[in-house]
Amino acid sequence: MSAALDERLGKPWKKPPLISSSGLRWALLIGSVIYLILAIYSIDVNWSRVYRGLDRGWQFVMAFAYPDFVSRAGEIKDGMIESAVMALASTVVGIAVSIPIGLGAARNISILPVYLVCRSIVAVSRALNEIVVAILLVAIFGFGPLAGFLTLSFATIGFLSKLLAEEIEDMDKVQAEAVRATGASWLQRYVYGVHPQVVPRLIGLSIYRLDINFRESAVLGIVGAGGIGATLNTAFDRYEFDTAAAILLVIIVVVMGLEYLSGIIRARVQ
Amino acid sequence: MAISTIDGQKVWQRRDRNTQLKIWALWMVGTAVFMWCWQQISAATTWPFFWDAPRIAADIGGRAVPPRWSYMDKLWEPLWDTLNIATLGTVMALMMAVPVAFMAARNTTPSALFVRPVALLIIVSSRSINSLIWALLLVKILGPGVFAGLIAISIRSIGFCAKLLYEAIEEIDETQVEAITATGASRWQVMAYGILPQIMPAFAGIAVFRWDINLRESTVLGLVGAGGIGLQLKGSLDTLAWPQVSLILLVILLAVVVSEWVSAKVRGAII
Repeated sequence: MSAALDERLGKPWKKPPLISSSGLRWALLIGSVIYLILAIYSIDVNWSRVYRGLDRGWQFVMAFAYPDFVSRAGEIKDGMIESAVMALASTVVGIAVSIPIGLGAARNISILPVYLVCRSIVAVSRALNEIVVAILLVAIFGFGPLAGFLTLSFATIGFLSKLLAEEIEDMDKVQAEAVRATGASWLQRYVYGVHPQVVPRLIGLSIYRLDINFRESAVLGIVGAGGIGATLNTAFDRYEFDTAAAILLVIIVVVMGLEYLSGIIRARVQ
Repeated sequence: MAISTIDGQKVWQRRDRNTQLKIWALWMVGTAVFMWCWQQISAATTWPFFWDAPRIAADIGGRAVPPRWSYMDKLWEPLWDTLNIATLGTVMALMMAVPVAFMAARNTTPSALFVRPVALLIIVSSRSINSLIWALLLVKILGPGVFAGLIAISIRSIGFCAKLLYEAIEEIDETQVEAITATGASRWQVMAYGILPQIMPAFAGIAVFRWDINLRESTVLGLVGAGGIGLQLKGSLDTLAWPQVSLILLVILLAVVVSEWVSAKVRGAII
């Protein structure tokens, strides 16, 4: 009797698994468990040190309630201005350099040798971490905002050229051809056929990059490349948590403001 | 489009005069601001060092080549640590990001008035501070080592993962959720059968994407004492051991390229 009932009811529904091949599923599961055990085993945590540090951590959290903007006001102001200056100047130079490189890296309007050269510039700039570049440039050019400025410009080139090139590759060919049919020169073709199509996106990306550059300029100071990072590093080294909290709050406010502003501008141009 | 009349003839121009003047004025202000910025940078620069730079660069380059390959023996362990910081950091961040994302998404938040702003605040503050700064702070609190780097990476990643995840949750297809609700499913069952399957691909994509970024960032965390291969880099830089520096930079570059390749492959398989 019950066998017949079971047959009528059929098997209950089960949720289909994410990975359909069961062998691969088990291999992934066992592999990740083994990896996790090995990885967690290899991290040695000095719990007594952590315990002693918790007190300091609490001090830092409390410092956010009473940030000290006043006693190092001059240093904070100078550092912020230097960060802003570096971010702005490097974004301008980065855009100026990345427009020609972006044009060269777009397959539909450039010739193969130029395309390869530009693409490799983009690849190198994107593969190198900003901090690593900053260390090398500080070693070469000495301490100061110049090294930070060059680092950020270099990083901007990789970011903007790649996205600009992709935008040009996706553009509407008809307009560029129409301009070409009037007998326009190469430069005129770019200015009237290509540029108007990509300029809203270019403005949006530039402002987004300004935002990124400001954030990055806040850490470059740790390796000696100028900006607010140096002040922050000193504050941490001297255990002046109230000043450090003040600097972090200023950074957060500026970054949020920039993000809000860039959101508005990008919504308007696009 | 504007047309001006010159000598009785109509000439096409892209913009009329007032717009053009406004654009020129904007350019002038922009140029002035840039020149001022440049002046600031220039004033803070020791120019003799700048002119000397090609010689210094050639000197450092000469010392750095060839890389000291035998030093590789000492790099395997830091490399393993770096991988662990990135992977475990991503895992921890995801575990914390999922509840935050569900609290921040408009359609799943328990309370739009009280819980959602808190979740958004967590996302914003974690995103605005670079992982190197988090590491700087955590080294002071937890002591130098891999553990500080791990926590720094995971704190930094929460905001990024939660932001992308809550955007994915807000874009789900509501009809599926309604269908599950109509069967009489509880709140948790709706989540497990109505929402989770829809955001799973986005979740996997975000995880791999962030893992790739974290691997890049964890290579430099050692500079402030938070473990990984950056520690070796700092040691070599401080002792001016340029052949070791060039080897480490090569290893970092290779690790970044490999991680980007892995993440592109995995994301290609998911999407």
